[in-house]
Amino acid sequence: METQKTALYNYHKSLGAKFVPFAGYEMPVQYSSGIVEEHKITRTNAGLFDVSHMGQLLIEGNESLSDELEKVIPVDLKKIKLNQSKYSFLINEKGGIYDDLIITKVDNGFSIILNAACKDNDFKIIKNSIGNKFKLTLYKNLSLIALQGPKSSEILEKIINGVSSLRFMNGNNFSYNEKKIYITRSGYTGEDGFEISIPDEVVEDLVKKIVSKGAKLIGLGARDTLRMEAGLCLYGHDINETTSPIEANLKWAISKRRREEGGFIGYDKIKLDMNGSLSRLRVGVIPEGKIIAREGVKIFSEDNKQIGSITSGTFGPSVNGPIAMGYIKLNFSKLGTKVLLEVRGKKYNAKISELPFYKKNYVR
Amino acid sequence: MSEKKYSKQHEWVSVEGDIATVGITKHAAEMLGDVVFVELPEKGKSVEKEGQAGVVESTKAASDIYTPITGEITDTNQSIVDDPGAVNKDPESAAWFFKIKIKNKSELDQLMNKADYDKFAKENPN
Repeated sequence: METQKTALYNYHKSLGAKFVPFAGYEMPVQYSSGIVEEHKITRTNAGLFDVSHMGQLLIEGNESLSDELEKVIPVDLKKIKLNQSKYSFLINEKGGIYDDLIITKVDNGFSIILNAACKDNDFKIIKNSIGNKFKLTLYKNLSLIALQGPKSSEILEKIINGVSSLRFMNGNNFSYNEKKIYITRSGYTGEDGFEISIPDEVVEDLVKKIVSKGAKLIGLGARDTLRMEAGLCLYGHDINETTSPIEANLKWAISKRRREEGGFIGYDKIKLDMNGSLSRLRVGVIPEGKIIAREGVKIFSEDNKQIGSITSGTFGPSVNGPIAMGYIKLNFSKLGTKVLLEVRGKKYNAKISELPFYKKNYVR
Repeated sequence: MSEKKYSKQHEWVSVEGDIATVGITKHAAEMLGDVVFVELPEKGKSVEKEGQAGVVESTKAASDIYTPITGEITDTNQSIVDDPGAVNKDPESAAWFFKIKIKNKSELDQLMNKADYDKFAKENPN
């Protein structure tokens, strides 16, 4: 398959972006200032991310749609309010995760943001599951940009009146250049911010305006270090088809009613995990010193038995040190537990840590 | 000190007597991005030409450092272990990696001069 480009490709290029192939797209991994600097700009000012490779799915329908979707998405779609967003999953028969997603109740149904690498498969799974009664649209000409950081609200309010009054994980319809756009207060960096769904033909214009008010373009490299510091999962690494949301320490994302009543595929496994059969858990891991533990690094107990492995790890620019997360046997998951990490054949001290590594207050 | 020589693995070598100082090129540092971790060989260790002799990591990935020269490690630059960011600031001078007692001087002849290296780096960016 030919590599795809987002509507902002030429603009990224003009800013000196370095590109990498990601999920079939040519995406900017960093710009001229580099990942660490971009990371810090997002933490202290405002960073703008092109995430147009992600899937934007609209499913149109009424109350019977909620019933159908609840079979594969373990969130309370009966209680979700208009324009409210929830983090959830597309669950599989074994209680594993086909994808993680953000679902928002909109006027005519539900809008779902999906991972780029999973979106086409997700579309098929959802379509097969909910049947032919509902209209599904996986948008092709819609961009998605994320403005993240403490100055996001101040900057975006200057351009789009009213956005600053959105609360965290809530959205609404706005307009830009007479085009309908949809903005949610959400993100993937651990910062306050917005995600803006906007037609391809006006996205560059809006991006330039946001940049003129003080935001900087940020690549996927810093997006990854930011989300790791925020303790957020990357699909295909920290979660996948074999990890249950309970093992992934994401029990909070399954609504209370759904935890108790089930009614979704894979519930048997999830119920068992919630009732004592859980054997491993996703935890934060902080290596001692400067050593970086990346995906695949094995975790050992102090008496040298393998007890888990790392799924993501990097140097956290705001934490100013190495950070990692991974799965570990449940009896070693207590905060502060000392463990060993095997990096390039040598073992290094580390300890189990709280997630997130970097904490910030969202606007609620 | 002699004129710098360059390897295809993007290391530079500068020779004084029978001691070679080795580091990574400015081009390599730019390609790596922000260096956040450096591991150097132990003093006294014998290393073979093109053998692994250290590791640098950016936020994105780890890369091996190779020695362009066979010999014994006589010194390492601890300052870049303590401050890995120095590798981006001054890769071809203050942020040298290690010094080697050269075993076979003819190996130096197999390395490139600056003009040839610049051309090579342009054609082989990674």
